[in-house]
Amino acid sequence: MMRALSTAETAATIHPWAIHAEGLQVRAGRYLAVNGLDLTLNTGVHGLLGPNGAGKTTLIRALATVLTPAGGQLTLLGHSVGGRCDLRSVRRTLGYLPQHFGFYPRFTVREFVGYMAWLKEMPKTDIPAAVQRAIDRVGLTAKADARLKTLSGGMLRRAGIAQAIVNDPQLLLLDEPTVGLDPEQRLDFRELLRDLGTDSCVLVSTHLVEDVVAACTDVVVVNDGRLVWQGTPDVLTAQGAQGDAGDSPAERGYSALLRLHRAEAAR
Amino acid sequence: MTTHPSLTQIDRYAAGDPGLDEASVWAIEVHLEDCADCRARLAASTTADARSLIERVAMNLDHELAKSPAPAGRVRSWSVLRQRWLVGTLLPWLAMTVAVLACAVLLGELWVGRPSLVLLVAPLAPLPGVAVAWHRRIDPAWEVIAATPAAGLTTLLRRTAAVLAVVIPALVLAGARTGVSLALMLAPCLAFTAATLLLGTLIGVRRAAIGLITAWTLVVIAPSLTTARIPAVLAVESARIWALAAVVLTIAAFLRIDGFRRIAQHD
Repeated sequence: MMRALSTAETAATIHPWAIHAEGLQVRAGRYLAVNGLDLTLNTGVHGLLGPNGAGKTTLIRALATVLTPAGGQLTLLGHSVGGRCDLRSVRRTLGYLPQHFGFYPRFTVREFVGYMAWLKEMPKTDIPAAVQRAIDRVGLTAKADARLKTLSGGMLRRAGIAQAIVNDPQLLLLDEPTVGLDPEQRLDFRELLRDLGTDSCVLVSTHLVEDVVAACTDVVVVNDGRLVWQGTPDVLTAQGAQGDAGDSPAERGYSALLRLHRAEAAR
Repeated sequence: MTTHPSLTQIDRYAAGDPGLDEASVWAIEVHLEDCADCRARLAASTTADARSLIERVAMNLDHELAKSPAPAGRVRSWSVLRQRWLVGTLLPWLAMTVAVLACAVLLGELWVGRPSLVLLVAPLAPLPGVAVAWHRRIDPAWEVIAATPAAGLTTLLRRTAAVLAVVIPALVLAGARTGVSLALMLAPCLAFTAATLLLGTLIGVRRAAIGLITAWTLVVIAPSLTTARIPAVLAVESARIWALAAVVLTIAAFLRIDGFRRIAQHD
């Protein structure tokens, strides 16, 4: 069945970037986990790489409008995000899978995804079809009416992805979506990512360099709350030399970039 | 309606006659969609080939349908209502509130001559539920909901409404059992709920609730239990003042409540 398009969806985009951060600072507790980050992203699948504690999760939480920026400028889909603005229009077109996906254990997958669709203020008549489509896309059709507490870790992760994509977001933020997925599901997930990235801005945080190279159109490397490098997966692969740590060319490229950055920072 | 195609035309259509031009085929098909008589005539003119093809399609379809999961049953509106408005995290707190009210009724019957406990605790009854309605550590799905347009204000108000929908009938029952004036129970209860929301815009709803509960316990409940007298603030003639306070506080809360739309909440 064809989905009816709303005027908001067919309106011409007048913002140059889906995500535009300038000198962005975000606190995690008292610590400035993101400190002076400049980032511009547009339609496509962007892989967010970085060592533990680099500020990936804090950055994604700020982009999901869960945390307020402590400084700098952040513009999402043309709307400035700050302390005092009304974010409802941005949040309607946002999909977010947190690192620790909390849920109501007694809800079924269908109920939970439907609840999230309702909270995202989707038209009431569109919700059942959108919920079914999201569940089908992540491959949970057979488990649609199982309670969330009965699902395995990988299935929960996919239920989390389903609630994130149910409103066809223009801005999709996935924090470590491939944790707990088996190799076959990861391949399916890459396929889904490519599909989603054709008309929306997808930012995927992960530790798996292969996932990024296989499914992303663009790679963003952060360290110590700053942008280290941004470019295509091919260029990332080309950065690595034989001597760098890693088992694949892309991993060697990633470790070469981090080594360079740390050497510069030490100077 | 278009004129019916002739029987010869239907025969040629059923046989898949290549002599029939495309425009006529379309015209026949459009007509067949609306005309049951012509569909019956078409069924009579089908060839053996066509019938075996249809049979094969039907068989394959049945096979596919048997494999696919059963269609979701119609969701009962009551369960949707319950899930959306009365999320499970509220239930233990509401159960506690109702249990405390029941204890107050019981003690009131045992201790004749003491001030009515139900009357004393009635203003505080909704506060525990309101305090946990939108709280980071109590709602497991807080992080995902915080990125939806319903974050903050909408969810807080919805859940406050759900809490009142449970607490007010409980208070009415308790009041009917103990014979306390209904206005003297409900007006302070609503005034305290509005005061919690109003104060919550400044210091966070949970702190506001804890502060009000402590203040009321120290200033009103404890003295009136020690002196065994109904305090002046809960005398029959003060009902009008409480009602006025409830209205004023509710208006003030609605004027200030936009504060909950901001990202960072004190909670």
